[in-house]
Amino acid sequence: MSGAGNREQVFPTRMTLGLMKGKLKGAQQGHSLLKRKSEALTQRFRDITQRIDDAKKKMGRVMQIAAFSLAEVQYATGDNIGYQVQESVQKARFQVKTKQENVSGVYLPTFESHINEEINDFKFTGLGRGGQQVQKAKSVYTRAVETLVELASLQTAFIILDEVIKVTNRRVNAIEHVIIPRTENTISYINSELDELDREEFYRLKKVQEKKQEAVAAAELEEKEKRDAEAEKLALSESKDNSKPKTEEEIQKAVEKLDLKAQGEDDSDMLKENEDDVIF
Amino acid sequence: MSSHTESMTKRSLIATIADEDSVTGLLLAGVGQVSTEVGKETNFLTVIPEKTTVEQIEEAFDRFTSTRDDIAILLINQHLADLIRFKVDSYTNAFPAILEIPSKDHPYDPSKDSILKKVRRLFGE
Repeated sequence: MSGAGNREQVFPTRMTLGLMKGKLKGAQQGHSLLKRKSEALTQRFRDITQRIDDAKKKMGRVMQIAAFSLAEVQYATGDNIGYQVQESVQKARFQVKTKQENVSGVYLPTFESHINEEINDFKFTGLGRGGQQVQKAKSVYTRAVETLVELASLQTAFIILDEVIKVTNRRVNAIEHVIIPRTENTISYINSELDELDREEFYRLKKVQEKKQEAVAAAELEEKEKRDAEAEKLALSESKDNSKPKTEEEIQKAVEKLDLKAQGEDDSDMLKENEDDVIF
Repeated sequence: MSSHTESMTKRSLIATIADEDSVTGLLLAGVGQVSTEVGKETNFLTVIPEKTTVEQIEEAFDRFTSTRDDIAILLINQHLADLIRFKVDSYTNAFPAILEIPSKDHPYDPSKDSILKKVRRLFGE
């Protein structure tokens, strides 16, 4: 990827992440659709170019035949036929109609020959001489023009398809090389920012917990100290009250108690031994 | 798209810029239309060698391709198209379609045709 420079200016939030992911998905889908469209159009385009090539060759032949038939007319009628024809033209007998054909969403126009039989501007042409040749030339040229019309529709389709394919390919490339990488960059940027935030949050929580534990420990320590201090105070006050009169008596009592205990223990030991003896 | 369609359906004529023989033949086929409307007097131009100037051809070409809105196809002799080759080659509109046709005295040369040139360029030949 081309780094952080090429991305959209967004706030790294989860919502924008969702938006960006949607956008990426849309872009990918659009890309595949456009690519398929472009492929379909290119196929059509190649087909048309092939047909144009053939039609141009055919046109050469047809026009040759037509020119020959015109030469016949000139031979039969004399030289002024061109002038006569040009002067007697009134209305177009041969017209074209445009129709549309839909190829993968592109409207391609096609010309259709349309001959209005009612119009005949050349009723008197060749009336004196060469009327047959004139009729023949008429039909030959009509066929030639039909071929030309066919070629013209192919050519128009060629020009339009050429333009549309260029536009489609430009779009495909723009999506593939600009929009998708940029969206991906934006997504990875948002992800890294969110991760960074997560780490920050985690660290903060840890720190808070640490502080809490410290506080608890400090409180416990304080409590303990308080209790100790209180206990000491209590003991101190007690000892202050009857320390002198009691001391000797107490000591004596304690000593007696110890002695008694020791004796008792000895007795019990002896007893135990005796019992053992009895048993065995 | 609708305006496009509209402008297309209006176009029904075949215009011609050619030498006398070709024009005669095409007129016999019935493509000619003469009217009294200004700017639409004829839809064909007969080019007579030494008499018709290149400027006149250019003017007719412009009239048939841009000014008039009822021309669907413009037929032009290839040797005449050569005279205004820069205009023909730089013309990129779909309507009207320009078709280079051979004439009696000048055989058809596919390598000069502006469309076939484009075709060849596209397929890298």
